[in-house]
Amino acid sequence: MTNNQPLISDKANIPFYRDERIIKIFAQVLSAVIIVGILIWAIINFFKAADARNMTLTFSFLKESAGFPISNPPIDYDPSMSFARAFQVGLVNTLLVSGLGIIFATIFGTLIALARLSSNWILSRIALVFIEFHRNIPLLVLLFLWYFVVFGMVPQVKESIKWPGPIFLNKRGIYIAWPRLTETGGIFVTMAAIGILVSIIVFIILRKRRKITGKATYYLPASLGLLIVFFLFGWLLSGGTPFQMDIPSFTGINYQGGLRLTPEFAGMFLSLSLYTAAFIAEVVRGGIQAVDKGQIEAARAIGLPPMQVLSLVIMPQALRIIIPPMISQYLNLTKNSSLALAIGFQDVFAVGKIVINQAGRAVPVFALIMLTYLSLSLLTSFVLNIYNRRIQFVTR
Amino acid sequence: MYRKYFPVLAIFIVLALVLTACGSTAADEPAEVVAVEEDILNRVLDRGKVVCGGRTDLAGFGMLDADGRNEGFDIDFCRAVAAAVLGDPEAVEVVPLTASDRGPVLQTAEVDILSRNVTWTSSRDAQWGNFTNVMFYDGQGFMIRKDSGIGSTDEFDGATVCVTSGTTTEQNLSDFFRQNGMEYEAVIFEETAAVYSAYEEGRCDITTSDKSQLASVRSGFANPDDHIILDITISKEPLTPAVPHGDDTWFDIVKIVSFALINAEELGVTQANVEEMKSSDNINVLRLLGEEGDWGYTDLGLAPDALAKAISAVGNYGEIYDRYMGPNGISFTLPRGPNLNWYDGGLIYAPPIK
Repeated sequence: MTNNQPLISDKANIPFYRDERIIKIFAQVLSAVIIVGILIWAIINFFKAADARNMTLTFSFLKESAGFPISNPPIDYDPSMSFARAFQVGLVNTLLVSGLGIIFATIFGTLIALARLSSNWILSRIALVFIEFHRNIPLLVLLFLWYFVVFGMVPQVKESIKWPGPIFLNKRGIYIAWPRLTETGGIFVTMAAIGILVSIIVFIILRKRRKITGKATYYLPASLGLLIVFFLFGWLLSGGTPFQMDIPSFTGINYQGGLRLTPEFAGMFLSLSLYTAAFIAEVVRGGIQAVDKGQIEAARAIGLPPMQVLSLVIMPQALRIIIPPMISQYLNLTKNSSLALAIGFQDVFAVGKIVINQAGRAVPVFALIMLTYLSLSLLTSFVLNIYNRRIQFVTR
Repeated sequence: MYRKYFPVLAIFIVLALVLTACGSTAADEPAEVVAVEEDILNRVLDRGKVVCGGRTDLAGFGMLDADGRNEGFDIDFCRAVAAAVLGDPEAVEVVPLTASDRGPVLQTAEVDILSRNVTWTSSRDAQWGNFTNVMFYDGQGFMIRKDSGIGSTDEFDGATVCVTSGTTTEQNLSDFFRQNGMEYEAVIFEETAAVYSAYEEGRCDITTSDKSQLASVRSGFANPDDHIILDITISKEPLTPAVPHGDDTWFDIVKIVSFALINAEELGVTQANVEEMKSSDNINVLRLLGEEGDWGYTDLGLAPDALAKAISAVGNYGEIYDRYMGPNGISFTLPRGPNLNWYDGGLIYAPPIK
């Protein structure tokens, strides 16, 4: 250290324009000024151009009555409601199809990955064909395939296919008999919710005690028993009829009642989740194969059964590799749901485009659409990044 | 390391500074980015082409024929304008637009004319551009399958309806069902082709649009006779070419071309006889063809025979109509009805050319 002493004091003699610290600060400030300058110019230019074209950035039109219909709104909607409400309907549709799509794609993708890794030759080949088919054709083509070709082969309303359940399948969609809550159904649901909550708490407490004391606390039978008691109690309180089956029936032109999946939703959901499942399968396979072989051999050597090798050794290590690319797949799925307008599913983008046309406000509506997808994506990454941080190695 | 790259960084910074400086001066004067105040006629003359927002998927209005040439009522109007302004009916570039895209495209003046069976409404007039002159009086109707068991609109309750998004049709449909207190399910697509293939496949009981469009689409179905267009009209749909806001001269030119086509039918000037009519003894014919007086060409900066060229390019209004939708029309047959010239009891009427 003493050898360097004269060198450091020499620094005072270096002119400021050759001083590394000053140059660094100067470069930072300069690049900040340039970037901010370009941004300000772009924004000013945008507003000037928009003004000149009479395209004002106002959102007051959102309160006006929309006047256009939306296919099968998931929340209460009619054309006399506002543009804002129409937008909400689209948003709920987007959330619905991407949320369900993410869940299904994750489960199905993981299964496909396990099949792909299976030592069963046929299973592994089938998985390979599935993955390559879905990874190598565009999503839009897949959408049209499902919507116009697959659902196009389904019979007309009058010749509906009837499956036991009862389930009806025709060009208008899939109608499934569905239990609906009766007037007293609320009591049952409340009791069931309390029951689930109580049994989970009991489960955790008893299991913790067993871990500490080492004595058998019968946590599983105890919590399950509690659950059954609460369910029974709720069922009795509601007079024995908490639910009533809503069975679809033919009423002149169309089927009414039951739970209905429209061809638009089904086509969107299936193509979106199968497409993403293929990518997820590859991500999961990559993650599992990246786990060191020695880890698996070691786990087997100490006598862990195969399921525990998977759940205690392979998965915890594979997840660290799987989660980051998985987040991208989830974001892709959400954003890809905007292709819905091709097959008439009314997601936020499809509704947005109608609003642009009916209200004549392209700029604010596009801003709103972009903001929606941006918030959805940021929210998804935020939640998953918290999870990602939890499962990573604790660095020392 | 850092010092080695310093000169490169310095050059980059200087370059970026120069660029921002140029950029900020450009922002002060609305130069090329803001093109709305630009003179459309000059733009068309410079380019040597009229850019026309149209369609390529609706027989009779704008549809590609076997040779890939765009043919139709709306396209012929663009050709007439190109013939009048540039002297060449083929100097047209048709930009195919979906129903939801056409408004923003006109607002930003990306096209010189929007001739794409657009319904003229007050809000569109205020927002999109200037609407010129009604070229086709239409109304919204319903098409159903013959074996659907629906006889009249009273039996529509609970029906499924296929419709194109971003149209007046979509709004009229909801108004119609609301006023009649009936329930329905709308299936909404952006692409017109998707609407009708979904209907033909049986996804919907009913499809609805302008009656001319329904007639056009039905003619393209595998079994046109299986479908009927109900004899009910639920709205007024004046189909009108439009031009961007802010250029009066261009607005006038496009309007006057449409007047000329209508006047030509009235005066008996056809594509075939336009040359010999130049020596007609009817003074109104001579005015129309630019042989006598000034119909306004000096002020608009056009040639005296501009309107004559438009007529010789595509024919008069009746000829254009009959070419596609007349008794021997190449697309389908639709009686002229309200689209007859006013002296035959129709609504097609235009101010005189003089």
